Parts: sequence; structure tokens; C-alpha cells
Amino acid sequence: MKKDYKFNQYYKSLNVFSIALILLSLIFLIFKGLNYGVDFKGGTLIEIRVETEKPDIEVLRSNFNKMNLGKISIKNFGSDNDFVVKFKRDELNDPEFIENLQRNLSQELTQDFSFRRVENVGPKVSSELLKAGVTAICLSLMAMLIYIWIRFEWQFSVGAIAALFHDVIITLGIFSALSLEINLSIVAAVLTIVGYSMNDTVVIYDRVRENLKKYSDIKIFDLTNLSINETLSRTIITSSTTLLALISIFLFGGEILKGFSLAMILGVILGTYSSIFIANPLLVFFKVSQKTVLKEDN
Amino acid sequence: MVSSSNFLDLDLDKQKKIKLGLDLQGGSYLLLELDNEPVIKQKLQSKLLEIKDYFKKNKIKILSLKLDDKLIKLKVSKDDVEKISEIFSDKESTINPYYFQYKAHQLDVKINGDVFNLELSKYGIILIKNASLDQAIEIVRKRVDEVGTNEPNILKRGNDRILLELPGLDNPDRIKSLLGKTADLAFRLESKSSNESFGTEKLKLIETGEELLLSKRVIISGDNLIDASPRMDSLNNQTVVSFTLDRVGSKRFAQATKRNIGTRLAIVLDGQIISAPVIRDVIAGGSGQISGGFTFQSATDLALLLRSGALPAPLNIIEERTVGPDLGQDSINAGILSLIIGFLLVIGFMTLKYRIFGIIANFTLIINLILLISILTLLEATLTLPGIAGIILTVGMAVDANVLIFERIKEETSKEKNNLIAFDNGYSKSKITILDANITTIIAAIILFIFGSGPVKGFSITLCVGILTTLFSVFYIARLLTSIYVKINKNKEIIIK
Repeated sequence: MKKDYKFNQYYKSLNVFSIALILLSLIFLIFKGLNYGVDFKGGTLIEIRVETEKPDIEVLRSNFNKMNLGKISIKNFGSDNDFVVKFKRDELNDPEFIENLQRNLSQELTQDFSFRRVENVGPKVSSELLKAGVTAICLSLMAMLIYIWIRFEWQFSVGAIAALFHDVIITLGIFSALSLEINLSIVAAVLTIVGYSMNDTVVIYDRVRENLKKYSDIKIFDLTNLSINETLSRTIITSSTTLLALISIFLFGGEILKGFSLAMILGVILGTYSSIFIANPLLVFFKVSQKTVLKEDN
Repeated sequence: MVSSSNFLDLDLDKQKKIKLGLDLQGGSYLLLELDNEPVIKQKLQSKLLEIKDYFKKNKIKILSLKLDDKLIKLKVSKDDVEKISEIFSDKESTINPYYFQYKAHQLDVKINGDVFNLELSKYGIILIKNASLDQAIEIVRKRVDEVGTNEPNILKRGNDRILLELPGLDNPDRIKSLLGKTADLAFRLESKSSNESFGTEKLKLIETGEELLLSKRVIISGDNLIDASPRMDSLNNQTVVSFTLDRVGSKRFAQATKRNIGTRLAIVLDGQIISAPVIRDVIAGGSGQISGGFTFQSATDLALLLRSGALPAPLNIIEERTVGPDLGQDSINAGILSLIIGFLLVIGFMTLKYRIFGIIANFTLIINLILLISILTLLEATLTLPGIAGIILTVGMAVDANVLIFERIKEETSKEKNNLIAFDNGYSKSKITILDANITTIIAAIILFIFGSGPVKGFSITLCVGILTTLFSVFYIARLLTSIYVKINKNKEIIIK
């Protein structure tokens, strides 16, 4: 059974949609910004488990507020019994700080509790981590650009990178809109999205190039459509298995991996979409033809 | 490529085990930074004296010589400027050593009329920092070993940082307080005059807050100690730290106590006086004890610090991550559960979609996983929670290569009647695409490895190794299986669906 969906009919309208999403994401990123975790903002994070049925978050909050830690944030973390407390702290040298905190809390709190995780990140380290994260994402985009440039013609390279920017910006935009925390694992997710989205685009582009060489009479507008259809089952199957794996991490992998797997799920959906509806229309826009790819072989 | 003999080695070497990251087994991660300012200041002070002696020895007159923050200002007579400039730029010079490996001098020299402005060069500073870091690591190791934690990992980071990984430690407070002290010990006498002068310094007694004027001359320092231990003083039921001095130290201690009976002897630790007893008798024999209102714990800690020696400079904690053992175990459980479920979902999906070829892909996937875990073990890579996520992701993405091939074969069989040729074409035509697609992910993973830290590094390693084992298992194992299947069914119509 030969598939023949008319993807190319939707190029224009979906491009408008994508541009709108990108603009919306940029507005969120510029005006609302990202919700950085302690990795990038510095400060202290404590994961607490309270051993009682339905502990009251307000009791915990008022207890922490009494300790003069400045502005604190406290949230449920996964289960009803787990909480994450975050606050700013520049000086990490006091070795008794956590012990004092624990003692203060045990005087006020009647229930048993334990600190499951403590993270202290100084201002110097957090700014270095942020810099390293941004550098890594920029470098990976550049490396992809160069790789595709070597393997394909420049039109393909621009198309693939545009698709990557699309995926990264919208993923971050969604994180900004929903105030989801950005930490080290989100940077890992974004880099993996970059790799995955590229992977998807390359498979379709490979087919476009092959078809360009094979058919001289089909216009690029229809040729991209043909190539998308020919690779469609693969696109669907691979995205499905990857999503199945990611959904499993999201549901069963514990609270720490939630943000990471959510970012990856968004990235895989966006990456699959963009390798069809962003990467291909750009080849049409650049009027890629048989000449473009034959030139490369000489 | 991975050879099968590597794989067999695994059984022979049972010592190798997958190492679990601190986020899985629980433990403490500390990043410490040396504050080298005092070391550099001290180095400049001694350089100042060195220059003074050198010029005296070479009979060159100095008009003035002083230290202005980190700048040594040397004023000489106009006639000597050229000669001195030559001395400073001479590569054989002892006063401004030249480092051949860096092609740079210790001091940067700027001449301003008859004034020489001398400043430590970039490499001069790096050498000082490296030396002080090496020394600090030694001391940190001694202190951590004394506490007796399980397989601590102590690593250099850059030229002023130390990374400390303490598996299984869920409360790093004691280590932090031990590392937070420089433990610079000095025995000094109370000054005889009551006026502050160049050779004296006012310091506080911790217990009472009383201020004493001390001579800057150090009688014995921590370097002279060969042993220290906490003890119960039977006379007044106090906890004290008793110490033993080396030969030089005992001799100096005996002399100083003999000459200064009736004077107070201050025991100074990190700029504060712990105690200042009055010398009542000559202390010969090279041992003594320090009292200062210690609890047994604080006496034990002080003895430990004195035994391990002084840090060259203060250490600051700039990053700390501690995971309790419960959370670690929960993370392992969650990781394994999601791996099993993810794996079953993918396998089920592939079987439904491709039937017999799905089973081949699934078998390949199992081999792939075994290979991945074996290689991680051989590399002695550390498995972290994101690392487990990387394995699950590999499961999801690994079938891609097989899917690409199967889809291609499907297309080829519709054109080509001979099954063998169709399969061969399917493999060869999809090879480039598969390589292209996987290289992009490898590039991303390598960049992540370079810039990532801690658990995230574990993710990039599993992702990278996962892609390599995927390529191997698809092109060697899956190909072998499909070719066997195709040979058996050479003349039948093969439908992949």
C-alpha cells in the first residue's frame, strides 16, 4: 500500500502556526524568563520526607519562615510526604548549618522527618554551570550546522538548523510558560533533542536528495511530499518507540527525572513535526532542484 | 568496533562491577576551592626579602623597595637601570626564574624611569597555585582518611579546586568542619613589653575573649608535631590534646621554656588563641598537652587536624550535593521499573508491527542492552540516574536503525523479485542514512560529555555507548538473523508488515 498524504498542502498554514508559536515562546522567554533551579541560580535545596499521613505544607512553610532564611519556596515533590524547600544562600562554609536547621525543625515539628537530599550551590559555581550549559547548547547547534554542511548542500543545512531552533525555542518557551524548573538535566534533554531532531531531519533529507537525483521532472514542492511519504512509517514508528520509552521514564522514573522526560517528550514531538513541516518547506523556499545536488557530486 | 573477545573477558574478570553514582548509592559530593590570596601574599613577602639579599650580595644599591598590594616597587639609581633590567630578563637569572615549559618568567617587569614595577606573571601565579593545590590535596586526603569513610574519591579540578566524592556518607557536616579549618598551629610567647610594635600582634583567647599581645616569633609550629591524640587529664578531669614533637621541635621547646619561666605561652590555631598557660617549668622530652575546655569530640578533631598538618590556604565549600541512601535506593527502583516497562512497551510495539522481523529486532535489542551494560562495566563508567534514563532512551531509539532497514527492504521487495538481492539492497541503501542520523546524536552526546557535570555526564556516556552498540548489533547481529531467515524462505514471498 503506497501512502500518499498531501503534507505539502499544509506547509503554509503550519509555518504560520510555527512562527506564531516561536514568537509566543520568545515573548515568554524575554518577559517571563526561565525558572532556574539551584544549579543555575545558586542557593540551597532540601528534599524532606515527613513520615505522617497527609502532612500539612503550611506547617512546614511557617516553620521554615521562622528561621530567617530569606525568601523560601516550598513545594510538594512527587508524593504527599515529600517536599522540596529552596532558598538563597551565598555562604556555604558553615558546617553546622544543615544540622542546626534539622534541630530547629525537630523542635517545632511533631512528626518524624528526614532530609533525603541536600544541594548547596555557591554563586560562582551556579554562574559557571549556566555558562557551560549555554555554551554546550550553542556548540551543539554549530556542530550540527557544520556536519550537515559537509554532508549536504547549504540549503539543507539552513533548513535543518531552522528546524532545530524551532524545537529548542518552543520547548524552552513551554518551560517558561508553565514555570517548570530549568536544571542541569534539562540542558541534557535539550542537547538530546538537538541530536534527535537532527536525526529525524537527516533521514527525510537523505531521501529528498536521493529522489532529486532520481527524478528530474518532479518539482521540489511535490518531491518533498513524496520523500516524506516514503519515510513516513519509519518516522512514525521511531517516534512512537522513543515516546513509549520516554513516557515510561515520565511515569515510573521518579520525580527527579520528571522535568527531563517531559522536555524530551516535547522535544520528540516537536522534532518529528519540524523535520516534516519546517525542514521541507525551507527546501521549497530555497528552490532546491536536481542541479543543487548534482553540483555537489562534481 | 567491539570484538566478541572483549565480551568474553567479562567473565574472567569478576572484579569489575558497574559503579553506581552518588545519586544512586547515596553519598556526598563536595567541591572545594582554595583561597590562594594569603599564599600569594606570603610568596611576595618572601620575594621581597629575596630581592633585598640578592642586590646586597651583588653590591647594587637599592634606593627603596616596598610591597604595594601585589606590586613590588623597586627604586634604584639611574645608572643601574640598564644593568638591573638585564638581570631581570636573563633566562638564567635566579632572582626572576624563567620557566622553559611556559616560555615565561616568574615576574612581569615594567620599568618606569628609575622604578621597577614587579608583578607575578600569569604562570608565576599558576605555579604557586599548583604547588599549594598539591599540598592541600595531600592534607585533605589525610583528614578524610582519618575520618574513615568508604572509598573516598579526591580529584583535582583546575588549579585551585578539589572535588571530593564520599559514597555512602549522608551527613557531611563533620568532614566539612574538618576541612573548613586550616589548622595552622603556632606556639608563641606573650610579649614582654605592653606596647604594640612591629614584632607583636594582639590576638584573642577563644574561651574568655581576653586579648593578649604576642610576639610574632613562632617557637614551634604544626610542622614540628609528629603525633597528637585526645586524652583525659587525670588531675582535673579535663579532656586535653597531648602531642609529641620532633627532635628540632623538642630542642627549641625546651630552650624557650627554660628562658621564659613565668611568661605565658600562647597556643595559636588559625589566628585565635586556644589556651595560654603560664610556663612553670622547663618542658624537656618533647611532649606536652594542650588544654582549652575541649569536649571529647572537639579534642579528637583537633588531634586529627594536628596529625594531618596545616592546609596551605583556607578551603571554601562552593558546591555540595548530598543524597541519602533511601532516596538513592528509591531512584534505583524507579529507574529499573521504568527500564523494564519501557523495554516491554517497545518490544510489544515492534512485535505487533513487524511480527517475525519484530522478533528479530527485539532479539537484537536484548543483545544490544547486554552489550551496552557490559561495555559500561568494562569502561568502569559510573551509572547515574540520568544514565539509566540514557539506557531507556537507547532502547527507544535503537529500533530506529532496524526500522529504517526493514522499511527499505519493504520498498526493495516491491521492485525486486529475488529476495536475497532485495535484502542486500535494503541493507546497503540504508547504511549511509543510519550513519548520518546516528552521528548527529553522537555529536550532541560528546558535547554534553565535555560540558556536563556529575550525573549528566553519566547520561552522555550511556547515550554514546548505546549508539555504538546499536550500530554494531544492527549491522552484525540483526543482519545475520535476517539473512538466515531470508535464505530459508528464499523462494517464498516475504512480507514485512
